Amino acid sequence: MYKPKAVTRADIAEAVYHEVGLTRKSAADLVETLLEEVSRTLTKGETVKISGFGNFAVRQKRERIGRNPKTGEEVPITPRKVVVFRASHILKDRVDEGV
Amino acid sequence: MTKSELVQRLLAAHPELHVQDLERLVNVVFEEITHTLMEGGRVELRGFGAFSVRERKARQGRNPRTGASVEVPSKRVPFFKCGKELRERVNK
Repeated sequence: MYKPKAVTRADIAEAVYHEVGLTRKSAADLVETLLEEVSRTLTKGETVKISGFGNFAVRQKRERIGRNPKTGEEVPITPRKVVVFRASHILKDRVDEGV
Repeated sequence: MTKSELVQRLLAAHPELHVQDLERLVNVVFEEITHTLMEGGRVELRGFGAFSVRERKARQGRNPRTGASVEVPSKRVPFFKCGKELRERVNK
């Protein structure tokens, strides 16, 4: 099956360059700064809410017992924080309809 | 942090730019991701994470009020997988 190449930072920066009155360099820097601001906020444990798109949040996971799938051996999975993304209804509807 | 707070932070980092341009920038970034997913594509942002579309199979559901069995059609849902660098940063 034909698999198109994934969209990257460079593609997003290019779209920004075409749609906003910025230089290519400035567009690329700002896309990077945007991702860094979202990451930094999550690192502080704070939720990031993008209306019409979705929410990024950090969730605390407790310790649980896992299993090495290769050996079947039981191993403890240490407590950890994970980033979860909850898509907004708008995004869910648009992706499902594909239009 | 909301979208408008994100715009304010970008403005703090780039005081030489106009707030209207930064609002458009934020909208364009999330619109690009949305459009890619609508076409069934994938967005890979190294260090941050990847957005993709997952297929949910049709299943037999139940109306919780009446108990009547209903067919829940298959659907496509957006999915985000956190990148390695961000995953390590939130655990520090």
